Amino acid sequence: MDPENTLTINGNILPFSPGETILDVAREHDIDIPTLCHLKDATPTGECRICVVEVEGARSLLTACTAPAGNGMVVYTESHKVVESRKMLLKLLLASGNHNCAARGSDDRDWTRFQLDVHADDSSPELCPTWGDCRLQDLAYRYQVTGEQFPRTDVPYPMETVNPFIVRDFSRCIKCGRCIQACCDVQVNNAISFGYRGADAKVVAAGDRPLKDSDCVFCGECVQACPVAALVEKDVRYHVRPWETKKVRTTCSYCGVGCQLYLHVKDGRVVKVTGVEDVAPNYGSLCVKGRFGFNFIASPDRLTTPLIKENGEFREASWDEALDKVAENFTRIKNDHGPDAFGVLTSARISNEENYIAQKFTRAVLKTNSVDHCARL
Amino acid sequence: MAGLAAAFGSGAMTNTIADIEEAEVILITGSNTTENHPVISSFVKRAVKFRGARLILADPRRIKIAAFAHKWLRQNLGTDVAWINGMMHVIIKEDLHDKTFVEERTEGFEELKAMVEKFTPEYVEEITGIPAQDIVDAARMYASAEKASILYCMGITQHITGTDNVKSLANLAMLCGNMGIRGGGVNPLRGQNNVQGACDMGGLPNVYTAYQPVNNPDNVAKMEKAWGVTGMSDKVGLKVTDMIPKAHGGELKSLYIIGENPLVSDPDLNHAEASIKNLDFLVVQDIFMTETAQLADVVLPSACFAEKDGTFSNTERRVQQIRKAVEPPGEAWDDWKITCEIAKRMGYTMDYADSEAIFREITEVTPSYAGLSYDRIDVEGLHWPCPTPDHPGTPILHSTQFPKGKGTFHAIDFIPPAERADDDYPMYLTTGRVLYQYHTGTMTRKTDGLNERAPGSFVEISPQDADKFDIEDGATVTVASRRGEIQAQVQISDKAVTGTVFIPFHYAEAAANKLTNAALDPVSGIPEYKVCAVRVSKAA
Repeated sequence: MDPENTLTINGNILPFSPGETILDVAREHDIDIPTLCHLKDATPTGECRICVVEVEGARSLLTACTAPAGNGMVVYTESHKVVESRKMLLKLLLASGNHNCAARGSDDRDWTRFQLDVHADDSSPELCPTWGDCRLQDLAYRYQVTGEQFPRTDVPYPMETVNPFIVRDFSRCIKCGRCIQACCDVQVNNAISFGYRGADAKVVAAGDRPLKDSDCVFCGECVQACPVAALVEKDVRYHVRPWETKKVRTTCSYCGVGCQLYLHVKDGRVVKVTGVEDVAPNYGSLCVKGRFGFNFIASPDRLTTPLIKENGEFREASWDEALDKVAENFTRIKNDHGPDAFGVLTSARISNEENYIAQKFTRAVLKTNSVDHCARL
Repeated sequence: MAGLAAAFGSGAMTNTIADIEEAEVILITGSNTTENHPVISSFVKRAVKFRGARLILADPRRIKIAAFAHKWLRQNLGTDVAWINGMMHVIIKEDLHDKTFVEERTEGFEELKAMVEKFTPEYVEEITGIPAQDIVDAARMYASAEKASILYCMGITQHITGTDNVKSLANLAMLCGNMGIRGGGVNPLRGQNNVQGACDMGGLPNVYTAYQPVNNPDNVAKMEKAWGVTGMSDKVGLKVTDMIPKAHGGELKSLYIIGENPLVSDPDLNHAEASIKNLDFLVVQDIFMTETAQLADVVLPSACFAEKDGTFSNTERRVQQIRKAVEPPGEAWDDWKITCEIAKRMGYTMDYADSEAIFREITEVTPSYAGLSYDRIDVEGLHWPCPTPDHPGTPILHSTQFPKGKGTFHAIDFIPPAERADDDYPMYLTTGRVLYQYHTGTMTRKTDGLNERAPGSFVEISPQDADKFDIEDGATVTVASRRGEIQAQVQISDKAVTGTVFIPFHYAEAAANKLTNAALDPVSGIPEYKVCAVRVSKAA
């Protein structure tokens, strides 16, 4: 171990490379420092301050996401001072806006009254749409705090629901800025930024217009980055809870990038799509088609049974009947006109295995090489 | 792909997607990257915004990525060979080329040099409309980089000179030694999820898997042995663009179409429709009742990507898994199972337990996939060529030598597009996609939100042309070419370049491909979707 490049975290002497932050080193060694605003691969902002740590000799607590690791540093990630600081931050966050996850507490009002107020505020049912799937709630639980100590500050901005994909609920925003980094540093669509000042601060698009009238391209990177319920997919909100779904990893079926994504399945239907983080080629990013364009899967227009045309009209048929008819006609044409009478169009949409089978069939059974697909089109 | 195969011996993206962020200079041409490959466009935009990369864009339309470009060349439609030759003229004249690379890794330099001699910036300006100084600046910018990446898409290939265009880009990359290095390369962006895989798997009339030619007797013998058959053809088969005229002429009797919708995607649709109607027997296997399926004698329902296991190969040659998440609707089957059942009924057994069993057979007959297995690509896909089970895959092609040995420079002269604007059809039409829709729209048009964002076809026209033809924004116009006409709403937009209208091809009810020209690139067989002459008039 190079004695030039070590620091001590919670009593463990750990090596680091110059340029790494305390958070980087901790994560490499499975030491958990909580974060809210930190977004991997984007420039750390230190906005939320939940990742503060105590460093011996430092005048104040340092944000681990921005503080560079230094040789000989002695760091404590869960000291009394650190825990007290995090608790205070969480209490303040829980008191700002609608964090009605029960951890928020009920102030001096009774719980029913509180929930009714919340309902009136954002026309949502009683509990937060990401209840149970919220990083703020996780931390409130971990540090056992509620927002009761401080009076609730109301958020003056109404919910935005006027686009087909994303609901923006400013009352649940903790202003961590992850969505802005996702938009401007990761996707570089530069559609949103912080607007207004101080307590009135708000994430705005195009001079505070709805997303649909801005540069937003609805890639949903911001939704995936949002740690709370400020940004939620419209179709998912109040319909899908994470523990009701199973996630299946697969490859996107639109363009040739081959983005890795999770299909979230509930009751046998795909109800949501998210990007798989930390793996090539997309490292979590998706576009509007990949994230939101999945309704075709369960479309009522899907073909569900073989069809045979008779007198210009289709009628339903069994597989056996349809396949026999195809095989008979292919055989007839092959016998009467030879292999050159056939063409097979395989597909840039189906799997490698299926393409392989299609060309094998063309070559080994029909005995022609006239197989092609729409690569050129 | 034919262009890259001729230059290097292998046609595919030479570098990885992540590699784009390593480039010092990125040249994008014929790719509306932010709309057609949004996730790749982020790599480009990050390179420019955070890593100091310089971006050269050559595209007539004011597409979104133009806002990130340091140099934007707005060429006349169908003049790509000219501006690329012009850049090479400047690079050679100013002695900016990579002489070591040219000497050691390439052949044909003298012929190239002689050809580009006449492509002075001034001559190129006459042809392309790009100011001479911009050609010089772009050439110096590209040549100044240690590593420069070229990205292109259908705006390069969908021309009668598509193969020439691609060879020209390959010339440029080799001239500056940008091959086989991180952040370099010539990178075609594939527009469909598994177009790379369909090619790799031999879904082409001239090759088996891994591009093994069908007209080589050794290959035929090898495949006959592997498949346990005799009497396979050693003649190159028909391309899709040959099949349609043969159907029209009555020589082609039957088409088996799997997951394709040529009645929206083919050029000169009126002719294509007449051709397909002329078939004796048409089988269409698809997930929806497409425009093409409606003409079929038998329609076979198949499972979509979310309903089956298998692999796709992405644009950077990375072989990745797909996994079954939901059950297919009704009685729909996996495509491979349907084809196998037809084969069985024709007396040839194709019997597989699952897609993984097929994949194992693929690895036995496909040298570039030989080292792959489902286990190896479970977490992260691998790039072919991957010849052995312990091979790590090949993210960057051609790092020490080209498959054909030396890379070949092709001396290419400029040929104008097949159809020119004239008094009857005074405007040019170019076609493409929009962000919110995909190809023929059979998938994306099932999501209401996407339709809300991009509800229907439109004709994008410049404010100057709108003035000239007295057309208002939102008005319905008739766009006519020598082959057909459609009606659509006008969008006056500064994206459009004067003299050219743009129409997306997604919408069957106003199919841009009723207008497009079926003139083909003689090598690749790609139609000239990107240029034809049209007339725009107010709808009666």
